[in-house]
Amino acid sequence: MKEIMDILEELDWSPLFISLKTGVAATVISFFLGIFAARRAVKAPPGKKAVIDGILSLPMVLPPTVAGFFLLLLFSRRRPLGEFLFDEFGFKVVQTWLGCVIAATVIAFPLMYRNARAAMEQIDVNLVYAGRTLGMSESEIFWKVVVPTAGPGIASGTILTFARALGEYGATSMLAGNIPGKTGTISQKIAMVIQDGDYLTAGIWVVIVLVIAFVIIFLMNLISGKKMKNVGRW
Amino acid sequence: MSISVEIHKNLNSFMLDVSFRSTSRRIGILGASGCGKSMTLKSIAGIETPDAGRIAVEDRILFDSGSRIDLKPQKRNVGYLFQNYALFPTMTVEKNIGAGLKGNRIEKEKRVREMIRKFQLEGLEQQLPDQLSGGQQQRVALARIMAYEPDVILLDEPFSALDMFLKDRLQRELENMLEGYGGTVILVSHDRDEVYRFSEELLIMDQGRIAAAGPTKEVFRDPKNKTAARLTGCKNFSRIRKLGKDTVEAIDWDLVLHTGRTVPDDAEYIGYRAHDFVPVWGEAGENMLRFDPVSSASLPFEHNYYIRPGKKAGADEVICWFVQREELQRLEGRGKPDYLKIEEEKILFLKK
Repeated sequence: MKEIMDILEELDWSPLFISLKTGVAATVISFFLGIFAARRAVKAPPGKKAVIDGILSLPMVLPPTVAGFFLLLLFSRRRPLGEFLFDEFGFKVVQTWLGCVIAATVIAFPLMYRNARAAMEQIDVNLVYAGRTLGMSESEIFWKVVVPTAGPGIASGTILTFARALGEYGATSMLAGNIPGKTGTISQKIAMVIQDGDYLTAGIWVVIVLVIAFVIIFLMNLISGKKMKNVGRW
Repeated sequence: MSISVEIHKNLNSFMLDVSFRSTSRRIGILGASGCGKSMTLKSIAGIETPDAGRIAVEDRILFDSGSRIDLKPQKRNVGYLFQNYALFPTMTVEKNIGAGLKGNRIEKEKRVREMIRKFQLEGLEQQLPDQLSGGQQQRVALARIMAYEPDVILLDEPFSALDMFLKDRLQRELENMLEGYGGTVILVSHDRDEVYRFSEELLIMDQGRIAAAGPTKEVFRDPKNKTAARLTGCKNFSRIRKLGKDTVEAIDWDLVLHTGRTVPDDAEYIGYRAHDFVPVWGEAGENMLRFDPVSSASLPFEHNYYIRPGKKAGADEVICWFVQREELQRLEGRGKPDYLKIEEEKILFLKK
């Protein structure tokens, strides 16, 4: 017990804040991009939709290290895009917190997109038609009718996105590395201390992650519970 | 107010080819489900786009494939009442009614309050649609449409999903609410009673085409062709062979009929409504069918008899006789009749 207290006293809390910060940033970006992409996909003709859908969902099925590989190819400063971003705007992606955010966003984005799309597809298309015949503009219909009606689905997508972004490991370690206090997230911290054989510190971080995960699941159920109030019990 | 519509659209299983022009304030479109009547309404509203055609209200062109005019639904000023009302589920009654209104906030609020009063929705302003009864939802949906003063209101099977009791109440309510409305209303339905009570002018649609058109009562009295007759509720049909100026052989009924008026040259069928037979006790006479029921069905206020028409008829060909209340009492008193009389003036001459 005393050992745990000692470790807690000296614990570097930076992984928690880096993870939370990364999670929030990636979620905010995914939220808007995901809704935007979902809107495009719902409106697209079937063939085009299948292609868009495939590309946007890919990061979800690929091993994160494969995504990390592509991201490195793209953003390395020895590559055109990476070079351009650094020369023109001074943006460094590899081995920076920005890298953490980009990696987490790419991996978590499909969850947002797919949930938003599924929720929007569930909407009675007559609502959109009604909006049109009532003279509402397309963007009014989208923001005032479609998004609120798809609200529960979008909300659960947002939470899942946050959860996934918070725990991202593979792509992050490749793109952003594990620089303590800068890019060292909880997942990377756990992997690192385990390699050192420090199971106690790892255990403490695991408990922290478990608590966060439980809160997330609880929130999810709260939201979908509201939506499901008319569903019968088995 | 006049409306003229011409729509051509390929619907995969058939072509939609509809064309009509009307100055009536209340137009009904009757047709079986999937006949293209809903697609016609959606094309008028601009929700669907025809392959070719022209749609105009007064002299305002909403769609014209010739001159590439295709106004957005937002610009058509056509109201659409959906069968499920399509109220925005996350908006209150007040917000729903004001959803499409333009102008500044004070004007909008004034208009919404006016509509709430007019449609007797006081006290429900802050309710969400799923907290309302079916009747209240219909009033909100109509208030929302009327708030922005459309030139045309389209009613897409508004009563089809309702039980009989509620249906009658909402029909009366809708009629009252539309009382003061000066624009054109088009009602689409597969229920002949609904269109009969509602419309001054009637179009009957089948497989994407107009099978009959005209003043509603006229169309019901003389549907002119078999498809239209069937949709107006006529149950009994027979092919005919002309024997004289006013005599035909009803081939499927194995019966010679005197029609009392000249048989039109293009008539291929006769139709006879199931309620129009007159029971006869005793000797056979002119225009009489032997009453020889193969089966019968008992309904709360009606009794249906199914009669085999003649010796040659197949087992599934039957003539329906629907007996209503007073006559049912007569029948109970005197027993089953020997014959059914076909009355000359009630015979329908029909083309195919």
